[in-house]
Amino acid sequence: MKTAMLTSAIAIAALSATAASARDQVQISGSSTVLPYATIVAEAFGENFDFPTPVVEGGGSGAGRKKLCEGVGETTIDIANSSSRIKQSDIDNCAANGVDAIMEVRIGYDGIVFASEIDGAEFAFTPSDWYNAIAAKVVKDGAVVENANKTWADVNAALPAQDILTFIPGTKHGTREVFDVKVIEAGCEASGAKAAFEADGLDADKECLALRTDGVSVDIDGDYTETLSRLSANKNAIGVFGLSFYENNTDKLRVATMSGVLPSTETIASGDYPVSRPLYFYVKNAHLGVIPGLREYVNFFVSDDMAGPDGPLAAYGLVSDPELAATQAMVEAETPMGPLK
Amino acid sequence: MTDANAQAPRTSLFAPDARTARRNNSEARFRLFGLISVTIGLAALVMLLSSVLFNGTSSFRQTMLELPVTLDAKVLDKKGNRNPDDLAKVTTIGYGRLISDALDKAITDNGIVVDGLTSKDVKDMISKEAPAQIRGRVLANPDLIGQTVSFQVLANGRIDGYMKGRVTLETAERDSNVSVNQLHLADALHEKGLLDMPFNWLFITAPDASELRPEAAGLGVAILGSAYMMIIVLVLSLPIGVAASIYLEEFAPQNRITDLIEVNISNLAAVPSIVFGILGLAVFINFVGLPQSAPIVGALVLTLMTLPTIIIATRAALKAVPPSIREAALGVGASKMQSIFHHVLPLAMPGILTGAIIGLAQALGETAPLLLIGMVAFVRDYPGAPPEGFFDPAAALPVQVYNWTQRADPAFVERASGAIIVLLIFLVIMNFVAILLRRRFERRW
Repeated sequence: MKTAMLTSAIAIAALSATAASARDQVQISGSSTVLPYATIVAEAFGENFDFPTPVVEGGGSGAGRKKLCEGVGETTIDIANSSSRIKQSDIDNCAANGVDAIMEVRIGYDGIVFASEIDGAEFAFTPSDWYNAIAAKVVKDGAVVENANKTWADVNAALPAQDILTFIPGTKHGTREVFDVKVIEAGCEASGAKAAFEADGLDADKECLALRTDGVSVDIDGDYTETLSRLSANKNAIGVFGLSFYENNTDKLRVATMSGVLPSTETIASGDYPVSRPLYFYVKNAHLGVIPGLREYVNFFVSDDMAGPDGPLAAYGLVSDPELAATQAMVEAETPMGPLK
Repeated sequence: MTDANAQAPRTSLFAPDARTARRNNSEARFRLFGLISVTIGLAALVMLLSSVLFNGTSSFRQTMLELPVTLDAKVLDKKGNRNPDDLAKVTTIGYGRLISDALDKAITDNGIVVDGLTSKDVKDMISKEAPAQIRGRVLANPDLIGQTVSFQVLANGRIDGYMKGRVTLETAERDSNVSVNQLHLADALHEKGLLDMPFNWLFITAPDASELRPEAAGLGVAILGSAYMMIIVLVLSLPIGVAASIYLEEFAPQNRITDLIEVNISNLAAVPSIVFGILGLAVFINFVGLPQSAPIVGALVLTLMTLPTIIIATRAALKAVPPSIREAALGVGASKMQSIFHHVLPLAMPGILTGAIIGLAQALGETAPLLLIGMVAFVRDYPGAPPEGFFDPAAALPVQVYNWTQRADPAFVERASGAIIVLLIFLVIMNFVAILLRRRFERRW
């Protein structure tokens, strides 16, 4: 009993003593879309450099940026991965906690694809098809009505007469933001619904983003693996995936075209495929040179070996940034980001 | 009494009357319900286990290529001085070329001909982890340079999937990550004995791997992290829990405050584990400033979670020791403290240990609180030796399962199930030890 008491006392003492010891590995948190890319780089970094492998955590873009802005010091993270651009509120939060200089690094582009079960019908979508399928209010014969479309053929006669059922990313995902802007808002405008809302004196921006609540569009709060398993259970459904996820599961998914373009790294890089977004990570400049390996990791990430068109990130599905050279120069000079435009 | 007369007179003891029959029927019904419940429970267990075993057992075997690799000194040691610093400058890209050359040579040497096979197809047969495997071996033993050494290297995850039946020739046609030709080549290599599926030690010892190399992902860091946490949980929760229960059971005065504490301990046992995670994040990381993703923080959180279980079990064990033992000890002049430590505690020990082990098993399988304190991270470096290692980042077994189920590559499904099997094995061992201890040391009065 006495020895047990003693050991616990020692453990508590050790706890308080070593808490101040220096951190020697880079810590990264944030977007689950950027997570696989960050782990690929971290793995190669740990293998080829004398620094420990960085510790990479998921959790979501917003959560990562919030953690980045918690302050400066070893107990805070060094890099936040983000699948959407940092917001003014994040920058204000950072400034309030003494995190003044942040470096914005764009690593490349990610496409968002629409796919069904491999044995399902072929689809060729346009943003207005999606809007007319899952928006709460649509324009029919010149009047704003509640959406009553049942099958894709009701939406667009060229599509198969298959019941509408879609699995879209939940609101906590960065992917949802892109989906909202590039598909739903674009469809709202293209289908004439936006003009009709404005003519009726409604708040067009808000009405455009309101989706049906009768079960045809299902929010998926988990990740793409959940969407995939839901698709396997509902063979008629259409799911929303990241390009890299699709490329890893081409034997299970049939991808649809959007505005006539098939998603691929080439069509996204050329800008032909409409639904894509840049991916970022944000570095706390105050930690550069303090946390061992941080500077090297950031430089290694944007190097041609990694983020270039022939690198492992491109092999996994990242669309490499045509302006990578500018990013490399910016990282080399450690230029903090300016105010948001 | 007229009713009784209306009833048919009892003729035989063997033919039960209507009321007895009703009572017997209700018993039979109850038995049936019981049996159905047990069957449902068993069916659920069998379904769960069979799905885990069906998906997961294949992760304990791994497709490996047996290749004689020429470790060309011109590539690996350009200066020719075997200086470790210079050797380390050759990256995995350089080693990758050596391995694909070796595979090319093995294919021609063995006279394997597969139509339409490109050099990229051949290169992609090999795991991206393989260059790192060989680089590690060479850096550890520079004398190997210049020789032709036979290495066992990992094959690509899709080839592994083909050997295990997850990938078929039909799916390969639609799969952009593997070609049918590669599968034919795999068959040919397998025939020549160059491609084999030995027991997958790497699955137990290797760290996690990125999505580009699912075949290399292992549980090493997670097992170590879980072990570290269990050590700390045991060291902290057992003495604290036992001391608290002895005080409450034997010394504490019976009053309102004691009652309040007792009620709260029982309530604490019912608090959802995620709450402890939030507490851990707020107190241990944000306030005390302990590192993220470290086993020490996980262990402290799990200790808080385990304490009520241990206290409740210990108090039950102490209560079960008959008062005559205490009174006899006091009667021959022992102090209260002596009576407890010399007589009551040893007799209560089997119960206490069982409670502690079941509490630990519960802590081992706990995921939710660990998600909040950063233990879901991708960690590839093994934590150091204790006690410093307690502060290094690590993963934990149940979290690793959670992590792998979220990955895009289908190979991780198999690995997640494999990790569940490993976790279940640990849990079964712990429960078995608990039963053994109880059986061995239990005393009956």
